Amino acid sequence: MIRNIHIQHEDFDVSDEIAALTADGVGAVATFTGMVRGGDDLTALTLEHYPGMTEREIGRIVDEAESRWPLQGVTIIHRIGRLVVGERIVLVAVAAAHRGAAFSACEFLMDYLKTRAPFWKQEERDGRSCWVEHRSSDEEAASRWRKT
Amino acid sequence: MNILYFAWVRQKVGRSEEVIEHTPGLRTVGDLAALLLKRGGGYGEVFSDLSRLRVAVNQVHAGLDTVLASGDEVAFFPPVTGG
Repeated sequence: MIRNIHIQHEDFDVSDEIAALTADGVGAVATFTGMVRGGDDLTALTLEHYPGMTEREIGRIVDEAESRWPLQGVTIIHRIGRLVVGERIVLVAVAAAHRGAAFSACEFLMDYLKTRAPFWKQEERDGRSCWVEHRSSDEEAASRWRKT
Repeated sequence: MNILYFAWVRQKVGRSEEVIEHTPGLRTVGDLAALLLKRGGGYGEVFSDLSRLRVAVNQVHAGLDTVLASGDEVAFFPPVTGG
């Protein structure tokens, strides 16, 4: 399976990333792009992470997705540093033979990324920064994938 | 052991990493958190409410009962907010 995991300051091009996942046997590519949402006077986000653990944790999350669905490729790009409103933050792209696996794995990867990958966001308003509080709704979204 | 701090935990303790020697008294992550709480100041603030903290040992999510060994990398941080 193709596996591209990148933690980077630079922006990414969604079409380039989809093209990189295209191969014989791929019938579907599902993508999710997360962006810095404006409103409430927010001007920018600054993302910090735990170098080393981030890559390993995302690798473990991709392993888990691969064990649950028949996947042909996964790309995860997560940006770090200061990002202003409207900028792309994260890309999850999943290639599979059929759409069901691609859609489900894309959502699973995003839910797990939000609750397990060691990233932290600071919000900037009026030149002042404060750390984003963890949301319990993210935990609930991830918990629906738990195997009983 | 190499101890790492991230996000507001790093800001409150005033450093991003430090070395703490592993001793028999530091059997678990909970023992290490109790030692750091005793330092008071920013450490006191961070380690007085463990429900707001998360921990990883050797870059794997861990808990207060995780057993420590010499040479471990232990990281304390807030619940994650990426994506």
